[in-house]
Amino acid sequence: MQTFVAQVISGLSTGGIYASIALALVLIYQSTGLVNFAQGEMAMFTTYMAWSMLNAGWGYWPAFVGACLFAFALGFGLERLVIRPLETAPELALVIVTIGLLTIFNSVAGWIYTYTIKPFPSPFPAAPIKVGFMVLNPQDLGVVGVTLLMLALIYLFFHSTRLGLAMRAVVENPVSSRLVGIRVSWMLALGWGMAAVVGAVAGLMVAPLVFLEPNMMGGVLIYAFASATLGGFSSAGGAVVGGFVMGILENLTGTYITLVGTKLKLTVALAVIVLVLLIKPTGLFGRAAVRRV
Amino acid sequence: MRAFLEANGLEAYYGWTKVLHGLDLSVPEGKVTALLGANGAGKTTTLRALCGMTTVKGQIFYDGQRIDGKPTEEIVRLGVAHVPEGRGTFANLTVFENLLLGAYTRSDRAKVAEDLDRVYHYFPVLKERRTSQAGLLSGGEQQMLAVARGLMLRPRLLLLDEPSLGLAPIMVAELFRAVRTINQTEGVTVLLAEQNASAALDVAHHVYLVETGRIVTGGPAEVLRGDDAIRRSYLGY
Repeated sequence: MQTFVAQVISGLSTGGIYASIALALVLIYQSTGLVNFAQGEMAMFTTYMAWSMLNAGWGYWPAFVGACLFAFALGFGLERLVIRPLETAPELALVIVTIGLLTIFNSVAGWIYTYTIKPFPSPFPAAPIKVGFMVLNPQDLGVVGVTLLMLALIYLFFHSTRLGLAMRAVVENPVSSRLVGIRVSWMLALGWGMAAVVGAVAGLMVAPLVFLEPNMMGGVLIYAFASATLGGFSSAGGAVVGGFVMGILENLTGTYITLVGTKLKLTVALAVIVLVLLIKPTGLFGRAAVRRV
Repeated sequence: MRAFLEANGLEAYYGWTKVLHGLDLSVPEGKVTALLGANGAGKTTTLRALCGMTTVKGQIFYDGQRIDGKPTEEIVRLGVAHVPEGRGTFANLTVFENLLLGAYTRSDRAKVAEDLDRVYHYFPVLKERRTSQAGLLSGGEQQMLAVARGLMLRPRLLLLDEPSLGLAPIMVAELFRAVRTINQTEGVTVLLAEQNASAALDVAHHVYLVETGRIVTGGPAEVLRGDDAIRRSYLGY
Protein backbone atom coordinates (compact mmCIF):
# COMPACT_ATOMS: atom_id res chain seq x y z
CA MET A 1 0.00 0.00 0.00
CA GLN A 2 2.75 2.38 0.98
CA THR A 3 4.58 1.69 -2.30
CA PHE A 4 1.39 2.28 -4.21
CA VAL A 5 0.75 5.68 -2.61
CA ALA A 6 4.38 6.69 -2.99
CA GLN A 7 4.33 5.72 -6.67
CA VAL A 8 1.11 7.65 -7.25
CA ILE A 9 2.49 10.77 -5.62
CA SER A 10 5.76 10.67 -7.50
CA GLY A 11 3.70 9.94 -10.62
CA LEU A 12 1.75 13.13 -10.03
CA SER A 13 5.05 14.97 -9.88
CA THR A 14 6.38 13.72 -13.23
CA GLY A 15 2.79 14.00 -14.47
CA GLY A 16 2.94 17.72 -13.72
CA ILE A 17 5.90 18.00 -16.06
CA TYR A 18 4.14 16.01 -18.80
CA ALA A 19 1.06 18.13 -18.23
CA SER A 20 3.03 21.34 -18.73
CA ILE A 21 4.62 20.25 -21.99
CA ALA A 22 1.27 18.83 -23.16
CA LEU A 23 -0.34 22.15 -22.32
CA ALA A 24 2.31 23.99 -24.33
CA LEU A 25 1.61 21.68 -27.30
CA VAL A 26 -2.13 22.27 -27.00
CA LEU A 27 -1.75 26.06 -26.73
CA ILE A 28 -0.08 26.11 -30.13
CA TYR A 29 -2.23 23.39 -31.65
CA GLN A 30 -5.46 25.16 -30.75
CA SER A 31 -4.55 28.46 -32.30
CA THR A 32 -2.69 27.24 -35.38
CA GLY A 33 -3.56 23.57 -35.88
CA LEU A 34 0.15 22.81 -35.72
CA VAL A 35 1.87 20.24 -33.51
CA ASN A 36 5.19 21.71 -32.42
CA PHE A 37 7.68 18.85 -32.26
CA ALA A 38 10.36 21.27 -31.05
CA GLN A 39 8.46 22.11 -27.85
CA GLY A 40 10.59 19.81 -25.68
CA GLU A 41 13.89 20.96 -27.13
CA MET A 42 12.89 24.60 -26.71
CA ALA A 43 12.29 23.84 -23.03
CA MET A 44 15.67 22.11 -22.81
CA PHE A 45 17.37 25.08 -24.41
CA THR A 46 15.78 27.60 -22.05
CA THR A 47 16.82 25.42 -19.10
CA TYR A 48 20.41 25.72 -20.31
CA MET A 49 19.90 29.48 -20.36
CA ALA A 50 18.86 29.31 -16.70
CA TRP A 51 21.94 27.17 -16.02
CA SER A 52 24.16 29.83 -17.63
CA MET A 53 22.51 32.53 -15.51
CA LEU A 54 23.01 30.45 -12.36
CA ASN A 55 26.65 29.95 -13.31
CA ALA A 56 27.00 33.69 -13.74
CA GLY A 57 26.07 34.01 -10.08
CA TRP A 58 22.33 34.75 -10.33
CA GLY A 59 20.03 33.44 -7.61
CA TYR A 60 17.60 30.63 -8.43
CA TRP A 61 14.47 32.73 -8.80
CA PRO A 62 16.06 35.55 -10.84
CA ALA A 63 17.40 32.86 -13.18
CA PHE A 64 13.93 31.26 -13.26
CA VAL A 65 12.34 34.56 -14.30
CA GLY A 66 15.19 35.23 -16.73
CA ALA A 67 14.71 31.86 -18.39
CA CYS A 68 10.96 32.48 -18.71
CA LEU A 69 11.56 35.85 -20.36
CA PHE A 70 14.10 34.28 -22.69
CA ALA A 71 11.59 31.53 -23.51
CA PHE A 72 8.91 34.06 -24.32
CA ALA A 73 11.23 35.91 -26.69
CA LEU A 74 12.32 32.63 -28.25
CA GLY A 75 8.76 31.40 -28.89
CA PHE A 76 7.57 34.78 -30.10
CA GLY A 77 10.59 35.20 -32.36
CA LEU A 78 10.34 31.71 -33.83
CA GLU A 79 6.72 32.30 -34.80
CA ARG A 80 7.57 35.61 -36.42
CA LEU A 81 10.76 34.56 -38.21
CA VAL A 82 10.29 30.88 -39.03
CA ILE A 83 6.61 29.95 -38.90
CA ARG A 84 4.97 33.15 -40.20
CA PRO A 85 6.76 33.16 -43.60
CA LEU A 86 5.31 29.68 -44.16
CA GLU A 87 1.76 30.79 -43.41
CA THR A 88 0.42 29.41 -46.67
CA ALA A 89 2.58 26.27 -46.75
CA PRO A 90 0.90 22.88 -46.28
CA GLU A 91 0.70 21.58 -42.71
CA LEU A 92 3.14 18.79 -43.41
CA ALA A 93 5.81 21.32 -44.40
CA LEU A 94 5.33 23.10 -41.07
CA VAL A 95 5.58 19.83 -39.17
CA ILE A 96 8.88 19.13 -40.91
CA VAL A 97 10.03 22.63 -39.95
CA THR A 98 9.32 21.97 -36.27
CA ILE A 99 11.19 18.67 -36.50
CA GLY A 100 14.05 20.61 -38.05
CA LEU A 101 13.95 23.03 -35.13
CA LEU A 102 14.06 20.05 -32.78
CA THR A 103 17.33 18.80 -34.24
CA ILE A 104 18.76 22.31 -34.48
CA PHE A 105 18.11 23.09 -30.81
CA ASN A 106 19.45 19.70 -29.79
CA SER A 107 22.66 20.10 -31.77
CA VAL A 108 23.22 23.73 -30.85
CA ALA A 109 22.80 22.91 -27.15
CA GLY A 110 25.26 20.02 -27.55
CA TRP A 111 27.68 22.28 -29.40
CA ILE A 112 27.58 25.08 -26.83
CA TYR A 113 27.22 23.09 -23.61
CA THR A 114 28.55 19.62 -24.65
CA TYR A 115 26.64 16.40 -24.05
CA THR A 116 28.06 15.88 -20.53
CA ILE A 117 25.26 15.78 -17.97
CA LYS A 118 25.15 18.67 -15.53
CA PRO A 119 23.46 18.79 -12.13
CA PHE A 120 20.72 21.38 -11.90
CA PRO A 121 19.56 22.79 -8.56
CA SER A 122 16.05 22.33 -7.24
CA PRO A 123 14.31 25.24 -5.50
CA PHE A 124 12.67 22.84 -3.05
CA PRO A 125 14.18 21.43 0.15
CA ALA A 126 15.59 17.91 0.02
CA ALA A 127 14.52 16.64 3.46
CA PRO A 128 11.48 14.35 3.21
CA ILE A 129 8.32 15.35 5.05
CA LYS A 130 6.40 12.76 7.10
CA VAL A 131 2.62 12.91 6.90
CA GLY A 132 1.02 10.06 8.86
CA PHE A 133 2.40 6.79 7.49
CA MET A 134 3.61 8.43 4.27
CA VAL A 135 6.93 10.03 3.54
CA LEU A 136 6.56 12.82 1.01
CA ASN A 137 9.29 14.24 -1.12
CA PRO A 138 9.15 18.06 -1.14
CA GLN A 139 10.43 17.99 -4.72
CA ASP A 140 7.29 16.11 -5.82
CA LEU A 141 4.98 18.43 -3.94
CA GLY A 142 6.82 21.45 -5.32
CA VAL A 143 6.49 20.31 -8.94
CA VAL A 144 2.79 19.60 -8.52
CA GLY A 145 2.33 22.97 -6.79
CA VAL A 146 4.18 24.89 -9.51
CA THR A 147 2.19 23.12 -12.24
CA LEU A 148 -1.14 23.90 -10.61
CA LEU A 149 -0.13 27.51 -9.96
CA MET A 150 0.87 27.92 -13.59
CA LEU A 151 -2.44 26.46 -14.72
CA ALA A 152 -4.34 28.84 -12.48
CA LEU A 153 -2.41 31.79 -13.89
CA ILE A 154 -3.08 30.70 -17.46
CA TYR A 155 -6.76 30.22 -16.68
CA LEU A 156 -6.93 33.69 -15.13
CA PHE A 157 -5.14 35.19 -18.12
CA PHE A 158 -7.55 33.65 -20.61
CA HIS A 159 -10.68 34.39 -18.62
CA SER A 160 -10.14 37.77 -17.06
CA THR A 161 -7.96 39.82 -19.35
CA ARG A 162 -8.78 41.54 -22.60
CA LEU A 163 -5.79 39.98 -24.32
CA GLY A 164 -6.77 36.51 -23.09
CA LEU A 165 -10.28 37.00 -24.43
CA ALA A 166 -8.85 38.11 -27.77
CA MET A 167 -6.67 34.99 -27.92
CA ARG A 168 -9.66 32.76 -27.23
CA ALA A 169 -11.55 34.60 -29.96
CA VAL A 170 -8.73 33.95 -32.44
CA VAL A 171 -8.74 30.23 -31.61
CA GLU A 172 -12.44 30.10 -32.21
CA ASN A 173 -12.91 32.26 -35.27
CA PRO A 174 -9.98 34.06 -36.91
CA VAL A 175 -12.16 35.77 -39.54
CA SER A 176 -14.53 37.30 -37.01
CA SER A 177 -11.54 38.21 -34.86
CA ARG A 178 -10.19 40.38 -37.68
CA LEU A 179 -13.63 41.95 -37.97
CA VAL A 180 -13.46 43.20 -34.39
CA GLY A 181 -9.99 44.60 -35.03
CA ILE A 182 -7.83 41.91 -33.41
CA ARG A 183 -4.37 41.67 -35.01
CA VAL A 184 -4.58 37.92 -35.42
CA SER A 185 -1.00 37.20 -36.42
CA TRP A 186 0.35 38.94 -33.28
CA MET A 187 -1.95 36.81 -31.17
CA LEU A 188 -0.47 33.67 -32.74
CA ALA A 189 3.05 34.88 -31.93
CA LEU A 190 1.90 35.62 -28.39
CA GLY A 191 0.55 32.06 -28.18
CA TRP A 192 3.95 30.69 -29.21
CA GLY A 193 5.63 32.87 -26.62
CA MET A 194 3.32 31.68 -23.86
CA ALA A 195 3.70 28.04 -24.87
CA ALA A 196 7.47 28.43 -24.71
CA VAL A 197 7.21 29.87 -21.18
CA VAL A 198 5.04 26.96 -20.03
CA GLY A 199 7.58 24.60 -21.56
CA ALA A 200 10.46 26.46 -19.90
CA VAL A 201 8.89 26.00 -16.47
CA ALA A 202 8.54 22.28 -17.19
CA GLY A 203 12.21 22.14 -18.22
CA LEU A 204 13.29 23.87 -15.00
CA MET A 205 11.22 21.41 -12.97
CA VAL A 206 12.46 18.28 -14.74
CA ALA A 207 16.17 19.20 -14.89
CA PRO A 208 16.87 18.47 -11.17
CA LEU A 209 15.36 15.00 -11.60
CA VAL A 210 17.04 13.83 -14.80
CA PHE A 211 20.14 16.09 -14.88
CA LEU A 212 20.64 18.67 -17.55
CA GLU A 213 21.70 17.37 -20.95
CA PRO A 214 20.59 18.05 -24.54
CA ASN A 215 18.50 14.86 -24.75
CA MET A 216 16.73 15.27 -21.43
CA MET A 217 13.36 16.14 -22.98
CA GLY A 218 13.18 13.25 -25.44
CA GLY A 219 11.19 10.90 -23.22
CA VAL A 220 9.25 13.77 -21.70
CA LEU A 221 8.10 14.91 -25.13
CA ILE A 222 6.78 11.46 -26.02
CA TYR A 223 4.91 11.26 -22.71
CA ALA A 224 3.60 14.78 -23.32
CA PHE A 225 2.31 13.70 -26.74
CA ALA A 226 0.60 10.74 -25.08
CA SER A 227 -0.88 13.09 -22.46
CA ALA A 228 -2.23 15.52 -25.04
CA THR A 229 -3.60 12.67 -27.15
CA LEU A 230 -5.23 11.06 -24.12
CA GLY A 231 -6.78 14.31 -22.88
CA GLY A 232 -7.58 15.56 -26.35
CA PHE A 233 -5.56 18.03 -28.40
CA SER A 234 -8.49 20.41 -28.46
CA SER A 235 -8.77 20.68 -24.68
CA ALA A 236 -6.24 22.47 -22.46
CA GLY A 237 -7.78 21.03 -19.29
CA GLY A 238 -7.80 17.59 -20.89
CA ALA A 239 -4.10 17.80 -21.69
CA VAL A 240 -3.36 18.55 -18.04
CA VAL A 241 -5.49 15.68 -16.77
CA GLY A 242 -3.83 13.48 -19.40
CA GLY A 243 -0.43 14.57 -18.11
CA PHE A 244 -1.17 13.56 -14.52
CA VAL A 245 -2.73 10.27 -15.64
CA MET A 246 0.31 9.45 -17.78
CA GLY A 247 2.68 10.25 -14.91
CA ILE A 248 0.84 7.88 -12.57
CA LEU A 249 0.47 5.24 -15.28
CA GLU A 250 4.18 5.36 -16.02
CA ASN A 251 5.05 4.70 -12.38
CA LEU A 252 2.44 2.04 -11.74
CA THR A 253 3.19 0.01 -14.87
CA GLY A 254 6.90 0.34 -14.08
CA THR A 255 6.40 -0.91 -10.53
CA TYR A 256 3.79 -3.61 -10.93
CA ILE A 257 4.31 -5.01 -14.42
CA THR A 258 7.74 -6.60 -14.32
CA LEU A 259 7.87 -6.83 -18.10
CA VAL A 260 7.69 -3.03 -18.35
CA GLY A 261 10.18 -2.24 -15.59
CA THR A 262 12.27 0.79 -16.48
CA LYS A 263 13.37 -0.33 -19.93
CA LEU A 264 9.97 -0.33 -21.63
CA LYS A 265 8.67 2.92 -20.10
CA LEU A 266 8.45 4.74 -23.42
CA THR A 267 6.53 1.86 -24.92
CA VAL A 268 3.72 2.56 -22.46
CA ALA A 269 3.36 6.09 -23.83
CA LEU A 270 3.35 4.89 -27.42
CA ALA A 271 0.82 2.18 -26.58
CA VAL A 272 -1.46 4.80 -25.04
CA ILE A 273 -1.17 6.98 -28.16
CA VAL A 274 -2.07 4.05 -30.44
CA LEU A 275 -4.93 2.89 -28.21
CA VAL A 276 -6.46 6.35 -27.89
CA LEU A 277 -6.26 6.95 -31.62
CA LEU A 278 -7.89 3.58 -32.26
CA ILE A 279 -10.67 3.84 -29.68
CA LYS A 280 -11.40 7.55 -29.23
CA PRO A 281 -9.31 9.72 -31.56
CA THR A 282 -10.56 12.97 -30.03
CA GLY A 283 -9.22 11.98 -26.61
CA LEU A 284 -11.14 11.98 -23.34
CA PHE A 285 -12.09 15.65 -23.32
CA GLY A 286 -11.55 16.70 -26.92
CA ARG A 287 -14.21 17.83 -29.31
CA ALA A 288 -14.44 16.50 -32.83
CA ALA A 289 -14.15 19.27 -35.37
CA VAL A 290 -17.68 19.87 -36.58
CA ARG A 291 -18.20 21.85 -39.71
CA ARG A 292 -21.44 22.95 -41.26
CA VAL A 293 -21.63 22.21 -44.95
CA MET B 1 -23.79 65.65 -49.66
CA ARG B 2 -20.27 64.27 -49.45
CA ALA B 3 -19.59 60.61 -50.06
CA PHE B 4 -18.45 59.04 -46.82
CA LEU B 5 -17.48 55.83 -48.52
CA GLU B 6 -16.68 55.68 -52.19
CA ALA B 7 -15.54 52.89 -54.49
CA ASN B 8 -14.23 53.56 -57.99
CA GLY B 9 -13.83 50.74 -60.49
CA LEU B 10 -13.83 48.18 -57.72
CA GLU B 11 -12.81 44.67 -58.78
CA ALA B 12 -12.64 41.74 -56.38
CA TYR B 13 -11.02 38.36 -56.79
CA TYR B 14 -11.29 35.03 -55.03
CA GLY B 15 -8.06 33.40 -56.11
CA TRP B 16 -8.03 33.85 -59.88
CA THR B 17 -11.76 34.29 -60.19
CA LYS B 18 -12.95 37.83 -60.74
CA VAL B 19 -16.22 38.42 -58.93
CA LEU B 20 -16.72 42.18 -59.11
CA HIS B 21 -16.26 43.87 -62.47
CA GLY B 22 -15.56 47.55 -61.91
CA LEU B 23 -18.15 48.62 -59.40
CA ASP B 24 -18.76 52.31 -58.62
CA LEU B 25 -20.43 53.07 -55.36
CA SER B 26 -20.97 56.14 -53.24
CA VAL B 27 -22.36 56.04 -49.72
CA PRO B 28 -23.46 59.43 -48.32
CA GLU B 29 -22.65 60.27 -44.72
CA GLY B 30 -25.33 59.71 -42.10
CA LYS B 31 -27.65 57.85 -44.50
CA VAL B 32 -28.72 54.26 -45.03
CA THR B 33 -27.65 52.87 -48.40
CA ALA B 34 -28.85 49.47 -49.58
CA LEU B 35 -27.35 47.05 -52.09
CA LEU B 36 -30.13 44.95 -53.57
CA GLY B 37 -29.70 41.96 -55.79
CA ALA B 38 -30.28 38.25 -56.18
CA ASN B 39 -28.25 35.49 -54.61
CA GLY B 40 -24.76 35.46 -56.14
CA ALA B 41 -25.03 38.99 -57.56
CA GLY B 42 -21.94 40.10 -55.62
CA LYS B 43 -23.44 41.96 -52.65
CA THR B 44 -21.54 40.00 -50.04
CA THR B 45 -18.35 40.23 -52.06
CA THR B 46 -18.79 44.00 -52.31
CA LEU B 47 -18.99 44.34 -48.54
CA ARG B 48 -16.07 41.96 -48.07
CA ALA B 49 -13.98 43.83 -50.63
CA LEU B 50 -14.70 47.14 -48.91
CA CYS B 51 -13.06 45.95 -45.72
CA GLY B 52 -10.09 44.13 -47.11
CA MET B 53 -11.37 40.57 -47.00
CA THR B 54 -10.73 39.82 -50.68
CA THR B 55 -8.06 40.76 -53.17
CA VAL B 56 -9.17 44.05 -54.73
CA LYS B 57 -8.31 46.35 -57.59
CA GLY B 58 -9.64 49.88 -57.94
CA GLN B 59 -9.90 52.60 -55.35
CA ILE B 60 -11.79 52.73 -52.08
CA PHE B 61 -12.04 55.97 -50.13
CA TYR B 62 -13.34 56.04 -46.57
CA ASP B 63 -13.73 59.47 -45.02
CA GLY B 64 -11.35 60.86 -47.64
CA GLN B 65 -8.68 58.23 -46.99
CA ARG B 66 -7.56 55.40 -49.32
CA ILE B 67 -8.28 52.08 -47.63
CA ASP B 68 -7.96 49.56 -50.49
CA GLY B 69 -5.15 47.14 -49.76
CA LYS B 70 -5.26 47.75 -46.01
CA PRO B 71 -5.67 44.70 -43.77
CA THR B 72 -9.16 44.13 -42.37
CA GLU B 73 -8.21 44.74 -38.74
CA GLU B 74 -6.76 48.15 -39.61
CA ILE B 75 -9.91 49.17 -41.52
CA VAL B 76 -11.99 48.10 -38.51
CA ARG B 77 -9.80 50.30 -36.32
CA LEU B 78 -10.85 53.28 -38.48
CA GLY B 79 -14.43 52.77 -37.30
CA VAL B 80 -15.88 50.36 -39.84
CA ALA B 81 -18.03 47.62 -38.30
CA HIS B 82 -18.81 44.71 -40.61
CA VAL B 83 -21.59 42.35 -39.56
CA PRO B 84 -20.95 39.34 -41.79
CA GLU B 85 -23.45 37.08 -43.45
CA GLY B 86 -24.00 34.03 -41.30
CA ARG B 87 -23.37 36.33 -38.34
CA GLY B 88 -19.84 35.23 -37.44
CA THR B 89 -20.47 35.24 -33.70
CA PHE B 90 -18.03 33.48 -31.40
CA ALA B 91 -20.26 30.51 -30.63
CA ASN B 92 -18.35 29.15 -27.64
CA LEU B 93 -17.99 32.52 -25.93
CA THR B 94 -20.75 34.12 -23.91
CA VAL B 95 -22.98 36.89 -25.23
CA PHE B 96 -21.21 39.29 -22.88
CA GLU B 97 -17.77 38.23 -24.12
CA ASN B 98 -18.90 38.63 -27.73
CA LEU B 99 -19.97 42.18 -26.96
CA LEU B 100 -16.70 42.94 -25.15
CA LEU B 101 -14.80 41.72 -28.21
CA GLY B 102 -16.80 44.16 -30.31
CA ALA B 103 -15.17 46.94 -28.27
CA TYR B 104 -11.74 45.28 -28.38
CA THR B 105 -10.00 48.18 -30.10
CA ARG B 106 -11.36 50.82 -27.72
CA SER B 107 -9.59 51.98 -24.60
CA ASP B 108 -12.29 54.26 -23.15
CA ARG B 109 -13.65 51.81 -20.57
CA ALA B 110 -16.31 54.08 -19.14
CA LYS B 111 -17.79 54.70 -22.60
CA VAL B 112 -17.67 50.97 -23.37
CA ALA B 113 -19.76 50.28 -20.27
CA GLU B 114 -22.19 52.98 -21.45
CA ASP B 115 -22.39 51.41 -24.91
CA LEU B 116 -23.06 48.02 -23.36
CA ASP B 117 -26.13 49.50 -21.67
CA ARG B 118 -27.09 51.11 -24.96
CA VAL B 119 -27.05 47.84 -26.96
CA TYR B 120 -28.86 46.07 -24.12
CA HIS B 121 -31.47 48.78 -24.48
CA TYR B 122 -31.79 48.15 -28.24
CA PHE B 123 -31.84 44.38 -27.80
CA PRO B 124 -33.14 43.55 -24.30
CA VAL B 125 -33.00 39.82 -25.02
CA LEU B 126 -29.19 40.04 -25.11
CA LYS B 127 -29.14 41.36 -21.56
CA GLU B 128 -31.28 38.45 -20.39
CA ARG B 129 -28.98 36.00 -22.07
CA ARG B 130 -25.66 37.70 -21.46
CA THR B 131 -24.12 34.70 -19.68
CA SER B 132 -25.18 32.05 -22.19
CA GLN B 133 -22.96 30.79 -24.97
CA ALA B 134 -23.65 32.66 -28.17
CA GLY B 135 -24.05 29.37 -30.04
CA LEU B 136 -27.10 28.55 -27.93
CA LEU B 137 -29.06 31.62 -29.04
CA SER B 138 -31.78 31.39 -31.67
CA GLY B 139 -31.01 32.59 -35.19
CA GLY B 140 -32.73 35.91 -34.60
CA GLU B 141 -30.97 36.47 -31.29
CA GLN B 142 -27.62 35.66 -32.89
CA GLN B 143 -28.29 38.20 -35.61
CA MET B 144 -29.07 40.79 -32.95
CA LEU B 145 -25.88 39.84 -31.16
CA ALA B 146 -23.92 40.28 -34.39
CA VAL B 147 -25.36 43.76 -34.94
CA ALA B 148 -24.87 44.64 -31.27
CA ARG B 149 -21.26 43.50 -31.43
CA GLY B 150 -20.77 45.76 -34.44
CA LEU B 151 -22.25 48.69 -32.50
CA MET B 152 -19.86 48.08 -29.60
CA LEU B 153 -17.10 49.36 -31.86
CA ARG B 154 -18.98 52.69 -31.85
CA PRO B 155 -18.59 52.61 -35.62
CA ARG B 156 -18.88 55.51 -38.01
CA LEU B 157 -19.82 53.10 -40.79
CA LEU B 158 -21.87 49.96 -40.27
CA LEU B 159 -21.80 47.29 -42.99
CA LEU B 160 -24.67 44.83 -42.65
CA ASP B 161 -24.63 41.69 -44.77
CA GLU B 162 -28.05 40.07 -45.24
CA PRO B 163 -29.27 40.80 -41.72
CA SER B 164 -32.70 39.37 -42.53
CA LEU B 165 -31.40 36.00 -43.75
CA GLY B 166 -33.24 33.13 -42.09
CA LEU B 167 -35.19 35.32 -39.70
CA ALA B 168 -38.91 35.24 -38.97
CA PRO B 169 -40.72 38.33 -40.34
CA ILE B 170 -41.33 39.70 -36.84
CA MET B 171 -37.60 39.48 -36.12
CA VAL B 172 -36.80 41.18 -39.42
CA ALA B 173 -39.10 44.06 -38.51
CA GLU B 174 -37.52 44.40 -35.07
CA LEU B 175 -34.02 44.34 -36.48
CA PHE B 176 -34.71 46.95 -39.14
CA ARG B 177 -36.38 49.16 -36.55
CA ALA B 178 -33.16 49.03 -34.57
CA VAL B 179 -31.10 49.82 -37.68
CA ARG B 180 -33.25 52.88 -38.37
CA THR B 181 -32.91 54.11 -34.78
CA ILE B 182 -29.17 53.62 -34.82
CA ASN B 183 -28.93 55.61 -38.02
CA GLN B 184 -31.28 58.41 -36.96
CA THR B 185 -30.30 58.95 -33.35
CA GLU B 186 -26.59 58.26 -33.61
CA GLY B 187 -25.88 59.33 -37.15
CA VAL B 188 -24.11 56.07 -38.01
CA THR B 189 -23.77 55.64 -41.77
CA VAL B 190 -25.15 52.27 -42.86
CA LEU B 191 -24.46 50.16 -45.94
CA LEU B 192 -26.80 47.23 -46.15
CA ALA B 193 -26.77 44.22 -48.49
CA GLU B 194 -30.17 42.61 -48.76
CA GLN B 195 -32.23 40.15 -50.79
CA ASN B 196 -35.31 41.18 -48.88
CA ALA B 197 -35.97 44.22 -51.07
CA SER B 198 -39.15 45.46 -49.44
CA ALA B 199 -37.61 45.51 -45.96
CA ALA B 200 -34.49 47.22 -47.27
CA LEU B 201 -36.43 49.82 -49.30
CA ASP B 202 -38.34 50.78 -46.16
CA VAL B 203 -35.25 51.71 -44.23
CA ALA B 204 -32.86 52.86 -46.97
CA HIS B 205 -32.45 56.39 -48.31
CA HIS B 206 -30.46 55.33 -51.33
CA VAL B 207 -30.45 52.06 -53.25
CA TYR B 208 -28.12 50.32 -55.69
CA LEU B 209 -29.07 47.27 -57.72
CA VAL B 210 -26.27 44.74 -58.17
CA GLU B 211 -26.22 42.07 -60.87
CA THR B 212 -23.32 39.73 -61.72
CA GLY B 213 -20.73 41.92 -60.03
CA ARG B 214 -21.87 45.24 -61.51
CA ILE B 215 -24.12 48.08 -60.43
CA VAL B 216 -27.04 48.12 -62.88
CA THR B 217 -28.87 51.09 -61.51
CA GLY B 218 -29.07 53.25 -58.43
CA GLY B 219 -31.08 56.10 -56.99
CA PRO B 220 -33.11 57.41 -54.09
CA ALA B 221 -35.21 54.69 -52.48
CA GLU B 222 -38.55 56.40 -53.15
CA VAL B 223 -37.77 56.62 -56.88
CA LEU B 224 -36.82 52.97 -57.12
CA ARG B 225 -39.88 51.94 -55.14
CA GLY B 226 -42.02 53.60 -57.80
CA ASP B 227 -40.20 52.00 -60.73
CA ASP B 228 -42.35 49.32 -62.32
CA ALA B 229 -39.54 47.16 -63.69
CA ILE B 230 -37.77 47.11 -60.35
CA ARG B 231 -40.95 46.42 -58.47
CA ARG B 232 -41.61 43.40 -60.69
CA SER B 233 -38.10 41.91 -60.55
CA TYR B 234 -37.20 42.63 -56.96
CA LEU B 235 -40.38 43.08 -55.00
CA GLY B 236 -42.49 40.53 -56.82
CA TYR B 237 -45.83 42.33 -57.14
